[in-house]
Amino acid sequence: MATDVRTEEFLAQVQSGGVVETGDWMPDEYRKRVTKFVEMHANSELMGVLPERDWILRAPTLQRKLALTAKIQDEVGHAQLLYRVVEDLGKPREACLDDLIAGRSKFHNVFHYPTKTWGDVGVIAWLVDAAAIISQKALLKCSYAPYARIMRKICWEESFHILHGRDVILTLVTGTDGQRELVQEAIDRWWEPLMMFHGNPIPPEDDPMVHWRIKSQANEEARQQFLEGYVPQVWELGLTLPDPKLRRTDDGVWEYTEPDWDRLMAVVSGNGPASAERLAFRRLSRAEADWVSRTVLAEAA
Amino acid sequence: MTVAIYEVFRRERAGAAMQHAGSVAAPDERFAEIYAREQYGRRGESDALWLVRRDAVHEIADFVDEFDLKYRRVDGYSIKERLKEARERAGTAAPADR
Repeated sequence: MATDVRTEEFLAQVQSGGVVETGDWMPDEYRKRVTKFVEMHANSELMGVLPERDWILRAPTLQRKLALTAKIQDEVGHAQLLYRVVEDLGKPREACLDDLIAGRSKFHNVFHYPTKTWGDVGVIAWLVDAAAIISQKALLKCSYAPYARIMRKICWEESFHILHGRDVILTLVTGTDGQRELVQEAIDRWWEPLMMFHGNPIPPEDDPMVHWRIKSQANEEARQQFLEGYVPQVWELGLTLPDPKLRRTDDGVWEYTEPDWDRLMAVVSGNGPASAERLAFRRLSRAEADWVSRTVLAEAA
Repeated sequence: MTVAIYEVFRRERAGAAMQHAGSVAAPDERFAEIYAREQYGRRGESDALWLVRRDAVHEIADFVDEFDLKYRRVDGYSIKERLKEARERAGTAAPADR
């Protein structure tokens, strides 16, 4: 992979714990990989608010509407911070948004699915955010320091979101049979995307993202951590998970039905159940808000 | 029609040092202030913010020790060997061993 002395030295430095700042020299491959990764993270934050946005007006109480709105504001804020990191790496935010709405770049699999009920909103805020925070905590050790620093702020805010999600779920499971059913159905719908969330179990030694120490955690390690932390929390509420193979072996490893990785690839390539609708909405909102940025920039000029 | 980058520094509480927090892109200082307040102050996590246009930052990142000025640093002094010798001459032991 490394072809010249400078690249070899850079690689040795990052692999032994060294960090990289914006102005430092970096191999093209490293710059491309960090840019693409952070851009996808930014896209995911931006697209991730759409399933929740659908529920602001339908949230059951004023308190829930406010909390949901605050969570959405946090996530749009994360997108802005992350696009700043991408811009400093050389790709302007406008280009990122153009690529996103044209379907040329990706966003996380879980945001390609519809939110059918308020139960889905609870499951997203609790379990999707829990899965996300496992990856995000590992990214605090990313060799690209400006990204790692932004992750500190993101992780801090995500911890509020998980609490909000748990609170929604606990309210529903202590409510009527109908409310409880709402949660169970949502979990059944979300389990497959959750199991795909951390990606296919590529061995860390074959993962170029681990090689450059952009990621420090293997996909399967993240999924195991998620299962270990959250399956017991789901079960203790008397809820079930739709995988008959799911069990913890005596040596502490979780077994599960292998997700269909081709399907994951299809979903993140824009063929998920809500992909087209979400991208259409993002295109529309970009077109509708265009006059705002034009006015602001014209006045500032 | 340009957007400038403003570096944001944040003080967590009175008496603490200002620390770099991140940056915002804004068409002017008014927008930079609004964005910085939203990004770094809306949960009461900051006692004060500084906004500095990136092009106003004068960075120094090379610290070459051309004349080997190690007498300015703690690693310029090796005490251990000579202390041992001094104790031997005086016929004493280290305080902890007494």
